[in-house]
Amino acid sequence: MIQVENLSKKFANVLAVNDISFRVEKGQIWGFLGPNGAGKTTTMRILTGYLPPNEGQARIDGIDVSTNLSTIKKMVGYLPEVVPVYTELTVKEFLRFVAELYGIERKKIRFAIDRVVEKTNLQSVYGRLIKNISRGYRQRLGIAQAIIHEPEVLILDEPTIGLDPAQIIEIREMIRSFKESATVILSSHILAEITQVCDGAVIIKEGRLKATLTRDEWGKNLEIVTAGPVDEAVGSGLKQSFPVVSEALAEGSTLKLEFKDSMSDLNPIIKHLVEKDVRIKEIKAGLEALYMKVILAEEGRAS
Amino acid sequence: MKSVWTIAKKELKTFLFSPIAYILTAFFLLVSGFFFYNILAWANDQTMRMMQSGYGMERLNINQMLFQPFFNNMTIILMFLLPMLTMRLFADEKKMRTEELLLTSPLRLSSIIIGKYLAALIIYAIILLLTATFAVFVFAYGNPEPAPLLTAYLGLFLLGAVFIAIGLFASALTENQVIAAVIAFSTIILIWVISWVGESGPGAWRGILTYLSFFSHFKNMVTGVIDTQDIVYYLTFIFLSLYLTRSVFEFRKWR
Repeated sequence: MIQVENLSKKFANVLAVNDISFRVEKGQIWGFLGPNGAGKTTTMRILTGYLPPNEGQARIDGIDVSTNLSTIKKMVGYLPEVVPVYTELTVKEFLRFVAELYGIERKKIRFAIDRVVEKTNLQSVYGRLIKNISRGYRQRLGIAQAIIHEPEVLILDEPTIGLDPAQIIEIREMIRSFKESATVILSSHILAEITQVCDGAVIIKEGRLKATLTRDEWGKNLEIVTAGPVDEAVGSGLKQSFPVVSEALAEGSTLKLEFKDSMSDLNPIIKHLVEKDVRIKEIKAGLEALYMKVILAEEGRAS
Repeated sequence: MKSVWTIAKKELKTFLFSPIAYILTAFFLLVSGFFFYNILAWANDQTMRMMQSGYGMERLNINQMLFQPFFNNMTIILMFLLPMLTMRLFADEKKMRTEELLLTSPLRLSSIIIGKYLAALIIYAIILLLTATFAVFVFAYGNPEPAPLLTAYLGLFLLGAVFIAIGLFASALTENQVIAAVIAFSTIILIWVISWVGESGPGAWRGILTYLSFFSHFKNMVTGVIDTQDIVYYLTFIFLSLYLTRSVFEFRKWR
């Protein structure tokens, strides 16, 4: 659905995006992961047609983003990092304005607004001025404006930034539900968010692609942090009792595990460890382990 | 066309919501009312003297004595006020980051620009229409000629339309409204007085610079003369400003 090939974007003399390639299949949710200023927003802006690339190509459903702007803009829904709302309008007026921007027919506008208001739970603030609604509602309104024209591709730049934990969970649920009708790309620097919501992740740093990881790959990795140092024997014991474990390495107070398949049920392994008197402090999901490996390896090479 | 109206409608709503439009209208009417009153008092005084002395009676003309100086004064007020009307049009979109919404929508850039221009033009037309109340009084108590008055209004409207186009361009350059207003105002005033430079220069330059100046084109219309050359001048200026506004956006994509 989304194909990005050797994409580069230059601002003045800085390469904000440097030779990035990846692809996202239809109906999947992918995350852009990376430190601030890594080029996530710029890549997203290229995909929305807001910025033209200097080199390379980005295609959505086979259509080149930079040469078919009007088609692409209708196919893509976009939530920028700062929610673009006119605070002097009401929620209703604003959604109507966006519906008109996207050329939705007059007769269907009412229906389209009702649909997104229900989907994003905006009923209680429908008639209020946007400047008087809370941060959480504003974020939902941002999502509502992005999906009002039923886009095939949804691009969300930091959709949960600045929200409280309950709101974050709500937005994540919402994003997951979009999977039925759209391909989604979201950016975040919260690893847990990507692991919970995404089918894959693209790790970007300083404009360069560092790694492309899928759920299967990070599902095969796990790090268990313990209270004290782990005995080497625990690792090898684990490997013997569970054929699915392909690698078990004890390093100080962490136990690094690799599985042959993506792991869904960890209970037997935890139970085994508890019986062996290993005091588990924290379990790091695979992506976190892989992310640190990618970012740290990079830094190690530099120094 | 529909998309132009979508933008214009939203802009008008914003204008009506913000106090700027009301304050501008109120002050415009206040200041122009003051000018009108003063010029009227002066014209009255002059008329009395001429009638007493019987000298210069052939110059007695209410259009010339009242409306011409009045319109000349209004242009000065417009130079100050219209940049304040246009300053937020793009600057505010940039500052509030709503620009991304417009530029990622399927709307054409030119529709967005024309929509915003149209909204400012409508507000300006309403303000101008309100000053027509002054003329109503003159018609009630005297008998000025309507045709030259209408021509003068058309000239004033076109001149203001050029100011608005320049203001829109200035607004696209920055995210700071004050800077936008300052750029617009300075540009307008420079083009207004550019003919002064021409007057002392060599012949060819004098012609070109006089042609470029707003002043020389407004002079005709305020006396009631419609010259297609003047109209072409105004329309070209508007088109050029809007085109430059578009270029600003095109340029920024690559920066």
